[in-house]
Amino acid sequence: MPTVFINDIEIEVGPKENLVQAAERAGVEIPHYCWHHDLSVVASCRMCLVEVGEKKPDGTISMIPKLVPACQTPAKPNTVVLTNSDKVKKAQAQTLEFLLLNHPLDCSICDQAGECYLQDYTYKFGKAHSRLNEPKVQRVDKYHIGEQIALFTDRCVMCTRCVRFTREISGTSELQVTNRGSVEEIDIFPGEPCNNKLAGNVVDLCPVGALCSKDFLYKKRVWWLKTQNSVCQNCSTGCSIHVDQEDNRLYRIRPRENELAQGSFMCDEGRFGWKYVESESRLFGPRVGKSQVASQHYVAQPYAVSAGDTSHAHSNGASGSVANGTAVSHAQVALNELATVDPWPTALNATRLAIKSVVDSGADRFAVVLSPMMFCEEAFMLAKYIKSLNKKITLAMGPVPVVAEDDVYPKGPKGEPPAAGKEKFTIRAEKCPNRLGVEAVLKHFQGEVIGFNTIAERLNAKKFDGMYLVGGYPDAWLDESVLNKLSGLSTLIVQDILNSPLTDMATIVLASGTFAERQGTVVNHSGLAQEVIQSIRSAPDVRPDGRLLFELSQRQGMYNAASIRIEMAKEVPAFAVFANAIGELGIQLFTIVEGKSA
Amino acid sequence: MSFEPVLLKRWGKPNSQALETYQADGGYSALKKALAMEPPKVIEAVQKSGLRGRGGAGFSTGLKWTFLPKDVQGPIYLCINGDESEPGTFNNRVLLEEDPHQVLEGIVISGYATKSTTAYLYLRYEYGDCYRACEKAIKEMYANNLLGKNILGSGYSLDIYLHRGACAYICGEETGLIESLEGKRAWPRIKPPFPAIEGAFRRPTVVNNIETMACVTQILDRGPEWFQSIGIPSENPKDPGSYGPKLYCISGHVNKPGLVELPLGITARELIDKHAGGVWKGRKAKAVVPGGISMGFLSAEELDTKLDFAGPGKAGCLGLGTAAVIVIDHQTSMVDVLYNTCRFFAHESCGQCTPCREGTAWSAKILARIRAGQGTLKDLDTLTDISNSIGIMPGTTICGLADGAAWPIKNALKKFRPEFEEYITSGRRSQSLEVAGSH
Repeated sequence: MPTVFINDIEIEVGPKENLVQAAERAGVEIPHYCWHHDLSVVASCRMCLVEVGEKKPDGTISMIPKLVPACQTPAKPNTVVLTNSDKVKKAQAQTLEFLLLNHPLDCSICDQAGECYLQDYTYKFGKAHSRLNEPKVQRVDKYHIGEQIALFTDRCVMCTRCVRFTREISGTSELQVTNRGSVEEIDIFPGEPCNNKLAGNVVDLCPVGALCSKDFLYKKRVWWLKTQNSVCQNCSTGCSIHVDQEDNRLYRIRPRENELAQGSFMCDEGRFGWKYVESESRLFGPRVGKSQVASQHYVAQPYAVSAGDTSHAHSNGASGSVANGTAVSHAQVALNELATVDPWPTALNATRLAIKSVVDSGADRFAVVLSPMMFCEEAFMLAKYIKSLNKKITLAMGPVPVVAEDDVYPKGPKGEPPAAGKEKFTIRAEKCPNRLGVEAVLKHFQGEVIGFNTIAERLNAKKFDGMYLVGGYPDAWLDESVLNKLSGLSTLIVQDILNSPLTDMATIVLASGTFAERQGTVVNHSGLAQEVIQSIRSAPDVRPDGRLLFELSQRQGMYNAASIRIEMAKEVPAFAVFANAIGELGIQLFTIVEGKSA
Repeated sequence: MSFEPVLLKRWGKPNSQALETYQADGGYSALKKALAMEPPKVIEAVQKSGLRGRGGAGFSTGLKWTFLPKDVQGPIYLCINGDESEPGTFNNRVLLEEDPHQVLEGIVISGYATKSTTAYLYLRYEYGDCYRACEKAIKEMYANNLLGKNILGSGYSLDIYLHRGACAYICGEETGLIESLEGKRAWPRIKPPFPAIEGAFRRPTVVNNIETMACVTQILDRGPEWFQSIGIPSENPKDPGSYGPKLYCISGHVNKPGLVELPLGITARELIDKHAGGVWKGRKAKAVVPGGISMGFLSAEELDTKLDFAGPGKAGCLGLGTAAVIVIDHQTSMVDVLYNTCRFFAHESCGQCTPCREGTAWSAKILARIRAGQGTLKDLDTLTDISNSIGIMPGTTICGLADGAAWPIKNALKKFRPEFEEYITSGRRSQSLEVAGSH
């Protein structure tokens, strides 16, 4: 392997690496703004200037007199790079002074503060003061730049990452640079806001606080946020994400770079599509028959926040109840848990009895419908439990939501999808995270994947007396015709997250968790299994599906996704790779050939 | 030794733009000679002549042509840079307005030598007369088989497209021109790849200056030896020498501003006194710009500097540039001169690279404040620092605009610092800050 020398650290380099990447692997930070590995190189911010030279075979080193941008310089064998010489340090400090010349320094009211590269680099490489003695260039903020994004024009460092993103990744080219010299600005074309489905990414790409997400704007200081690795649930692409939460409230979702899954970006459907987690119609406890199982101590709607209520932070001290779930402090949760009787043993017992009574009168008259929103571990536990009760119980797949067609980027000038091989991002039509994983479970336990249409037909033919339906969809997922058929069942157990006509007609409702409250594994369109890690605690009487099914199947101990995976690896050949750790980037579970699992 | 103008020989003759008068004066004989040669021989002749690009950088024209990859499949483009925007420069304008065929003949020869089949003549937008003269001349050439398919029966075909520029200084930068030609914002490209490998429309491209094209015509007509006999031979192996005639644009405070053709290597003093009628109103020269404002300033003591490719560099300037000599008399404030210079570069900086975008605007603002009587001596150090970090330190920006913006500051503050200090300490003001600050 060819090697380069970064401040005397010798490191092997790949064929297409530049000096920024090589240095990063050597543990040396080369500051940069304009360069991003998924965008074209423009080398215009001049923050990454370094000294380079060549180590000759005889051991002598000849340095090039001029500074070169590290982002633009390929890591050729025997390149010698200096990132800490006086010359480089001076250039870095000077570039930072230039960048901050017309910057408003409004960190105290800037959303980016705390994760801002102007702050970080100034601290590490910059000067403590500016010599500017003139009025700064004043620019008008552009709140109108997009439905989801706002431009704080004066904070911009003109790295043009956002412009290149809309040209190279989304292909929609809404953003551009206007004017020239020190008065240039990022702007949209008049009346053409940046509203493409990937627009939210420019907020992540922006290294400073110029482009901000309107959804997150002024909601939280980023240093309070705690981050957990997760996987987006909105389509079968399964983008790796970071979930940022504080005090059990979700604040934002950001893409987590993962070449195996989606790359560096995510779509706005996923980025802003988590609001159902805090929906007012969340189920907040189990129900058997027509009455709530829980003692009636609280009438909590765990996340009820009226739209536009931004004064959520610790504002309910006076009310004394937990009606405003957003303000539930840990102490209050604990108190409430003490004050109430746990409704779940009762609910789960009733569930087991209900299943048993139907199965006893004829096991083939009972069906369990798994959901493609379930995690592999959950599907496995439920399927295994059901089949242990009686092999004749039908296991089937719930509705797989498909909306239109795959949305492929970058778009051409007329909005057409890119040519084959040029795809850079795909929003998939299949709006669920784990169809493949659940199907693999079904194939093992049922021998085949029975689709929901078949179940509906059998319902029509009155072949069932009871059914266990798992939901978890972000919105209502059964239409009226199916609902009418279900109403004829004597036993209807629904495990779901949102109130709906379906839960209204259910004989037993099991309030389960959203992805943010659960732990488990999902398998995306390409067969990549990635782990979702729990980010927030559910409301007191909501059971995350894993724990719910663990307790339903009367297993001993506590639900732990990793140990269930080891069990799966032993019992289900399709999940054999689960014997290994999944890791942050996921593990390839199946090889997919033309959309079919092999 | 008296020197007969060659490039400007036909300037002022009646109907000098027309094809018939050009041919009557022996025009297009160089093209016929070239077409009779193999293309590599043409490149060899140009290389032998020692012709260095007249656009400012002074890179060997023949050598540039040899950088084109061999055995290229598909088109090679020839871009002719007529975006003459360097303050004080007007030689391209005279050539195109007075004798477009001389330039166009050079373009056809260069196209033949580089095996290009398409040439773009990128013309500064403000040059309306040039545009009309070229348009007419190109029509005449098509009508006489000097352009188009199978030129003069040689089997070589070339089309020339006239492209009017985008009214920006940066469009004259080699790769900025290419970007602008492609219909984009003229943001200079990062190199490598150099245009010879990947230029206009991602094809191998040669970018040459208008005056260079006129020189090519004369070299082919009169032979490389004739070209070598003019100018200053190389002084050391690293210096490629300064050969051939050069058009010097003289402007500023002289009695007879204008364009003169002289052998390379004339001194600034001789140029001003002999060819421009001396400094006006009986005054003395305080500073002389050797070759377009971006090259910096010569002080009065440095007027014996030879204006060849190496001369201005020895006097601490950036180079010969476009050989546009601007004379500044001793009654002019260098503070005003430098302010005007900085304002120009702040306005023309394309805004791509941070140091140039912010540095040029900052220096202009500081000078505006100094001119408003609110300067401090510390400002001069800041200005020097800015100039050092935007252009003098090599590699800080993508293109040379920052160098051009930095050298006048550096030169002015080094050579005329007492004047700046006096200006600041005396509390004088040339302009209110409100006026100076309004951009």
